Amino acid sequence: MTLVITLLAAAIATIAWYAAGPKSTMKIGVLALMYWGAGLMWIVDGIACLAEGEAFIEIADTAAMLDDAILGGVVVVAGLVTWAIYLLIKDPKGTLLNSLRRSAA
Amino acid sequence: MACFLVGGGEAIIGTAVRAVVKKKEMEQGIVDEHGNQLTDPAESGICWTRKIGWLLNMLWGGVILLCIEHMWHGEVVPFPPFLTAMNDPSEIPVMLHEMATIGVGMALLVTLVWFIAIFVADTAAKAKPVTAAKEA
Repeated sequence: MTLVITLLAAAIATIAWYAAGPKSTMKIGVLALMYWGAGLMWIVDGIACLAEGEAFIEIADTAAMLDDAILGGVVVVAGLVTWAIYLLIKDPKGTLLNSLRRSAA
Repeated sequence: MACFLVGGGEAIIGTAVRAVVKKKEMEQGIVDEHGNQLTDPAESGICWTRKIGWLLNMLWGGVILLCIEHMWHGEVVPFPPFLTAMNDPSEIPVMLHEMATIGVGMALLVTLVWFIAIFVADTAAKAKPVTAAKEA
């Protein structure tokens, strides 16, 4: 389920990147690529599970599936937090710098 | 256990390579100090600073999110030795085997997908622009 949720997040971020267009400075492509990278890595993990006789995606055990789904949610949030930190560091719109330099005068 | 560290190693090397490539392309006037391409991708193709940046976004993203997953499963802890497998000497060969198989597989798949992506992107950027269909 972690893989499915991460790939869903990757697809949504990719659609958002496409909708925002090439002039967008929000670096949505970075978020999409982060999710795609993690999704690809978990695909390899799933293939390794298959090779060991386990399920590619755990759906038989409800408790394990729920645990994986919650982890998927945590992963999506972690991706968003990482993206937010990236935006603050890179400050592509200059928002942070302008906020810090703003004066009443 | 620690499979994501292989991707992390590739990401560190890739970051160093990107810094060198960016410096070289800045000297050639291909990119600015922010890594933005100054030349026309339709003529010269997409610059390597951007292409390597895509790989690094996938690798670092994958490494960070898989690290979160490993912390969730108690395989990574925020204090030494950081990897719980290191506490048990019998677990170390298992961890190294996992890194050599799954970890290398992860790094290879991400790199393979990146190669395909940059080939397609370069081809699309150099292709003649499609004229919009006239409305009937």
